[in-house]
Amino acid sequence: MKNLLEHMGIEEGRLHFSWISSAESTKFVKVVSEISEKVKAIGPNQHFVKQEAKVA
Amino acid sequence: MIAYTEKIRETAQRLLKQCQVEMVIGFRAGSMPMMNEPCFIRKPEDAGQLVWDSNCGINLANYLTDRKEGKIGIVAKGCDSRNIVTHILENKIKREQLVIIGVPCQGMIDKRRITRKAPGEILEVIEADGQVTVKTATDAQTYAKADVMQSNCMVCKHRNPVVHDEMVADPVPEQTDVDPYEDVKAIEAMTSEEKWKYFDELLAPCIRCYACRNACPLCYCPTCFVDEAKPQWMGKSQDPMDVRTFHFLRAYHCAGRCTDCGACERACPVGINMRTLTKKLNKDCLDLYGWEAGLSLDSRPALDIYNPNDPNEFIK
Repeated sequence: MKNLLEHMGIEEGRLHFSWISSAESTKFVKVVSEISEKVKAIGPNQHFVKQEAKVA
Repeated sequence: MIAYTEKIRETAQRLLKQCQVEMVIGFRAGSMPMMNEPCFIRKPEDAGQLVWDSNCGINLANYLTDRKEGKIGIVAKGCDSRNIVTHILENKIKREQLVIIGVPCQGMIDKRRITRKAPGEILEVIEADGQVTVKTATDAQTYAKADVMQSNCMVCKHRNPVVHDEMVADPVPEQTDVDPYEDVKAIEAMTSEEKWKYFDELLAPCIRCYACRNACPLCYCPTCFVDEAKPQWMGKSQDPMDVRTFHFLRAYHCAGRCTDCGACERACPVGINMRTLTKKLNKDCLDLYGWEAGLSLDSRPALDIYNPNDPNEFIK
């Protein structure tokens, strides 16, 4: 899924996958901080913003 | 091709007469040139309707889903047979229900290529010895069949049926000097921006008619995700983002199952090559799992089994 999304033009580093057990609170914090850092570096995603309908 | 037709008719007639099958699924001539249509033959005397030429691109495996008939004969070229295998693996039909009439395939004509070349309304299309002659009201032109084939047939490596009970002819040589994933590699080499733009342009003409889904033998869900309203999985508008979501998910549902038969592209009224999406998944399946769909009844699909060695670098 990551491959195809990136194949269709989603920037590398926007999409992340992880497996975290409910007992791994420290891993959760670590992964979330890493992801937010990486995504902030890429900046906001403009692609998914729906423009106003073209019909008047 | 005429020899194929005769052999198919003869086989269908024999199977129906001996009550080995209740019906035979094949092709008959359509009302216009290059438009053969699928047909269900139930009586031996109707077997004469069956035809075979290079306009039989529709995937007949699509008509097998959950069939209640005890025994069904089906005419199958290479890709059809791979989809029949997929159907059997996914419990959509039983192998015992089928008598597969295998047809070695030499590629199907892309009617769009011919329509683009022809100067007027096409009245007749005749093929012989690798040549296709197109007759219009004013003139007749001949093309090499290799130049007017469907793009998936040009790079096909499985022309002969992988399963069959009867064969109408000896197997044809497979193409070995083709790279099925050339176009996918070209897209892979692009930057993210270029990729986004490429798919924006590719999908811009889409009118959301879902013909690609309907023509696809893999799409047999009783209610498709695009038709569902509770919950509504995705936007139903013409917005580029909704169109993209539809194509992405449609392709993804075919991951590890698609045989690149080209039925989707053939059915598309605006000629979108949505195969670029499924082909990327096919390529990934081959690279990551060494898997090609529908080649054998004895192995489970790549996304159906777990192996401790499965690649998982993407999970942190």
